[in-house]
Amino acid sequence: MATRIRPLQRRPHARGPEPRTFAAAALAALVLGLLPLAAVAAPPFGAGSQDALRTGGPQAALILDLWRLLLAVCGVVFAAVMAAFGVALWRARRGTRDTPPELQGPLRGEPRSARLVAAATGASAVGLCGLIVASVLTDRALARLPLSNALHVELTAHQWWWQARYDDADPSRTFETANELHLPAGRPVLLTLHADDVIHSFWVPNLSGKKDLIPGRTATLALRADVPGRYRGQCAEFCGLQHAGMALEVVVEPDAAYAAWAERQRRPAEPPTDPQAQRGQRLFLAGTCAMCHAIQGTDAAARRAPDLTHLAGRARLAAGTVPNGRAQLAAWIADPAAFKPGTNMPGHRYAPEDLDALVAYLETLR
Amino acid sequence: MSLRNEEALRRLDEAQRLVRADGAVLDVGALPSFGFGHRSLMWWGTLGLIAVEGTVFALTVFSYFYLRSHSSQWPLDGAPPVLLWGSLNTAILLASLLPNHWTKQAAERLDLRRVRIGIAACLAMSFLFLGVRVLEFQTLNTRWDADAYGSAVWMLLGLHTLHLVTDTFDTAVLAVLMFTGPLEGRRYVDVSENALYWYFVVISWLPLYAVIYWAPRWP
Amino acid sequence: MSEPPADAVPAAEAARLHATWSDPPGLLGRLASIDHKVIGRRFIATAFGFFLAGGLLAALMRLQLARPQNGLVGPDLYAQLFTMHGTTMMFLFAVPVMQAFAVYLVPLMVGARSIAFPRMNAFAYWIYLMGGLMLYGAFLLNVGPDAGWFAYVPLAGPEYSPGKRVDFWAQLITFTELSGLLEAIVIITTVFKLRAPGMALHRVPLFVWAMLVTAFMVLFAMPAVMLASTGLILDRLVGTHFYNPGEGGDALLWQHLFWFFGHPEVYFIFIPGLGFMSALLATFSRRPVFGYSAMVLSLIATAFLSFGLWVHHMFATNLPELGKSFFTAASMMIAIPSAVQIFCWIATLATGRLWFRTPMLFALAFFFILVLGGMTGLMLASVPLDLQVHDTYFVVAHLHYVLIGGAVFPLFGALYYWYPKMTGRLMSERLGRWNFWLFFVGFNLTFFPMHQLGLEGMPRRVYTYPAGLGWDGLNLLATVGALVIAASVALLLFNAWRSARHGEPAGDNPWQAATLEWATASPPPRANFDRPPVVHGREPLWEAPREPRHVKGLATDAREVLVTTVLDAQPDHRAGYPDPSIWPFVSALATTVLFVGSIFTPWAAVWGLAPVAIALTAWFWPKPHETDAHLRMERAPR
Repeated sequence: MATRIRPLQRRPHARGPEPRTFAAAALAALVLGLLPLAAVAAPPFGAGSQDALRTGGPQAALILDLWRLLLAVCGVVFAAVMAAFGVALWRARRGTRDTPPELQGPLRGEPRSARLVAAATGASAVGLCGLIVASVLTDRALARLPLSNALHVELTAHQWWWQARYDDADPSRTFETANELHLPAGRPVLLTLHADDVIHSFWVPNLSGKKDLIPGRTATLALRADVPGRYRGQCAEFCGLQHAGMALEVVVEPDAAYAAWAERQRRPAEPPTDPQAQRGQRLFLAGTCAMCHAIQGTDAAARRAPDLTHLAGRARLAAGTVPNGRAQLAAWIADPAAFKPGTNMPGHRYAPEDLDALVAYLETLR
Repeated sequence: MSLRNEEALRRLDEAQRLVRADGAVLDVGALPSFGFGHRSLMWWGTLGLIAVEGTVFALTVFSYFYLRSHSSQWPLDGAPPVLLWGSLNTAILLASLLPNHWTKQAAERLDLRRVRIGIAACLAMSFLFLGVRVLEFQTLNTRWDADAYGSAVWMLLGLHTLHLVTDTFDTAVLAVLMFTGPLEGRRYVDVSENALYWYFVVISWLPLYAVIYWAPRWP
Repeated sequence: MSEPPADAVPAAEAARLHATWSDPPGLLGRLASIDHKVIGRRFIATAFGFFLAGGLLAALMRLQLARPQNGLVGPDLYAQLFTMHGTTMMFLFAVPVMQAFAVYLVPLMVGARSIAFPRMNAFAYWIYLMGGLMLYGAFLLNVGPDAGWFAYVPLAGPEYSPGKRVDFWAQLITFTELSGLLEAIVIITTVFKLRAPGMALHRVPLFVWAMLVTAFMVLFAMPAVMLASTGLILDRLVGTHFYNPGEGGDALLWQHLFWFFGHPEVYFIFIPGLGFMSALLATFSRRPVFGYSAMVLSLIATAFLSFGLWVHHMFATNLPELGKSFFTAASMMIAIPSAVQIFCWIATLATGRLWFRTPMLFALAFFFILVLGGMTGLMLASVPLDLQVHDTYFVVAHLHYVLIGGAVFPLFGALYYWYPKMTGRLMSERLGRWNFWLFFVGFNLTFFPMHQLGLEGMPRRVYTYPAGLGWDGLNLLATVGALVIAASVALLLFNAWRSARHGEPAGDNPWQAATLEWATASPPPRANFDRPPVVHGREPLWEAPREPRHVKGLATDAREVLVTTVLDAQPDHRAGYPDPSIWPFVSALATTVLFVGSIFTPWAAVWGLAPVAIALTAWFWPKPHETDAHLRMERAPR
């Protein structure tokens, strides 16, 4: 019997502004006013951080080489065609409405034109074959990325966030995170790609071409990031209201830094010592948060939303749409739809001291 | 030279003799006012519809096998359709080609009496196989909303049934017309073209029958 | 070159013919018209109406994207905007407008009194109009589709697009595909069977060849999207599982079926554009297009090859790599027949006597814009490169370069060219040049930067983008360009509107062109030709007249059309044609009720069939007085 995934329950989707409570609105307004200051805290994405022309790894580099070749060849062809066209326009005699039409030439067959057209067509066919060969060779080179000692990451795309599971031969060393991937520079990465709901597409242009994540199918993508830096990726297949808000942050760092990050990710959350944070934890576990979000080391184990175990270590929230900081986190929790209209996360009405406590707790999750 | 080529050439000669080139004008007044087969506009219209519907059937069969290729078990859950009614209906449909062909010949000979008899017989057979088609639906052993297999099977049978229903309706309207009038030569062309479409409905059923009833029984 | 013959038709005969082929007066008469010229003009005007609507939607999108994190349009409205823009342009403008020009021009160009199946032709127009109105009605009521013009599942399926939005989209497909398929049958039959005596297939104008080839493509490609959208409606309405991976369905089945249609579809748009090019370049080079046989074979080759490319829209999925490479090769090879056409046109220009009017300017722009688009098409054909630029603004740039360069520029040229035939007046040449240059500049300003944007990482279908990624300036430039396009289109409309009353009177053949539509008055009389022509060559109005020149013997007091043989256009029989009829319009209404009803309940498909059946029967049922008239003229074939 083929295994079948039962379809998930229908989820009502917001189709417009979420109903807002006065308190949340006031809080959001206050916080948004502070945003420009807080934004400085998150490392900005500069020009070129989501760019296929600035390569950070061999896959993207191979494709960039092919691009340059195609650009050159097509550029020459285009120029040649424009030249022929221009010469034809320039040198042709002029006529008027009443110029007698030329019928004798066509009747006699025009050998010179026929030869030129045939030659140009032949040259085009040869050129096209060359382009096909270049494309196939690039394809094969892409498939030959050495994969020894590859890091295995399983990505599952959801509306509108990225779930990442770092696999390991030793099951006790696997860990889960969301929306921000760290990769060791110079080491191949094998991504296994799933989608939970609709079709998404994984695309980090500085590192590699894209691959669709299709429900019911498993895809793989191999890449290697050689140049350390912060790269931005984005879902590249329209997936609903917040398709534009489904970014993926890829931090490429030297081996040692990556290993340190991975070790931290493996550790469960430390129990909070500060009373305010403890209060926040209680609110988290007793309230709706734990119904969707997991925090390793607590009872919260739901996987319907990003894993928050090391939330405070991420540069951004909500799949790259909100800078991570105390004020933004509070505003986000109070009214996610203000940042990401249509998001599946509902707004929360907390008393101010409760919200403070919750945020204080979340800030301990490094 | 084949008989049909000779016939076509003879008709062409005929037409050319009927057309008189007279100085500046080509006089076509003596030409016939209707023609059968590919001479008629209706034939081309019918052929266009056949091309479209045939493509739809082909693509639906493709979809069936595409979905099948993604499953290790087919039908996904349950038994294949009962063979009896589908096979019986296939026999009835094939048998209906006889009165159909007979009616087409009669129409091309402008024989009203035979056309009336033939088209009534075709209509009677239509009702017979529509009735058996109901039994086919009831013994498919799956529902359209059970799984992708059920959806594909119901789509195949449903599409063909839609063609049976519309063809039955067309035949019924023509049958009434052949009894009540008003009649002219072009109505015989309509009967002939309706028969052509009927051929398509019956012949297109054969691969569909094989797919619906036998494909799930093949390993 | 085309003097009226000495034996002109007597006025009494022409008047009788006119009365026989006229429509009844009043509103009912207008609804009952089956005159292909009336339907064709309506069709063209309606298609341009949708073009305007689609353009306005695009303008809103560009205004939203002019700045990063702009707040003009939120994600819900934006999703509707790009869905409606794509759906409108592809299904309600680009394909129908080409068929519309064919409906108007093909009977005239082949020398026929009328189109084949005139009532079905009218029905196809009404169905198209009603489908478009349904879609826009839904949009204006805020239930417009929002899953993209391609409606990928599972997003467009019942679980992730609840409500009726996507159902309106799927049913629009049913409307437009029904219309398109019927028009294709009409065009094929007209071209094969209604040509003037002597117009053998090797003498058929290149524009008519283009429309014939397109019509054949339509017959075999449109069923795919009909089937796909039917499966989608069924999944959404009655719980089938064609596309539900949880129950044995497959999300990629949708993509295969959709793109098997979708790729040929762009050729439904491009190939008629090629037909326009041949017509325009011949007239404005004062010579026939070079290489007639090569041109025809190229059209046919392009049509065939276009059926083998569809997977290039799916390179980012997990289909087997070897299979994808095959589609790379096919997608590159299809450039060859198009290249042949371009080289033949350049040869035509080089050896012609050129004169420059607005239609010619639009045709010349093709060489720059389409060829550039073709180059980016070659780039997209390569799997590895496509994996970077797929679903980015690079593709948006490519598709607009090929569709606007390859089809819309020639279409605007065609509008300026045939407007005098349709209305009897020329459009303003001065306004035309302003229109042309604004459009050319605006177009390039809008779409060229998008190549760079795509390479720099900007994906498609995003309602906003973050500041600081380096995309701001190019987006603003594209928006400015879009406004220039808007100005140019406004000029086009103004020119068309004003010239209807104040344009210079055109006469029969203002361009001294070669093809048969210019052998009759502007606008043509109701029966197209007072006496149907007889043809002896490819350029009937350029060649010395030979006898016989006209057809005689068709009735003037009843509607008769001459049917000829397929290959050599020998006269075969005289077909009696129907009078104007309200039934195509009524049937379209009944069909609309059936289609719209079945969005809401599957039972509508059952009870909705009854009015349709009644209307179709009334349509078909012969009228006694018509039958009597036919019997009086009847001659049986022997």
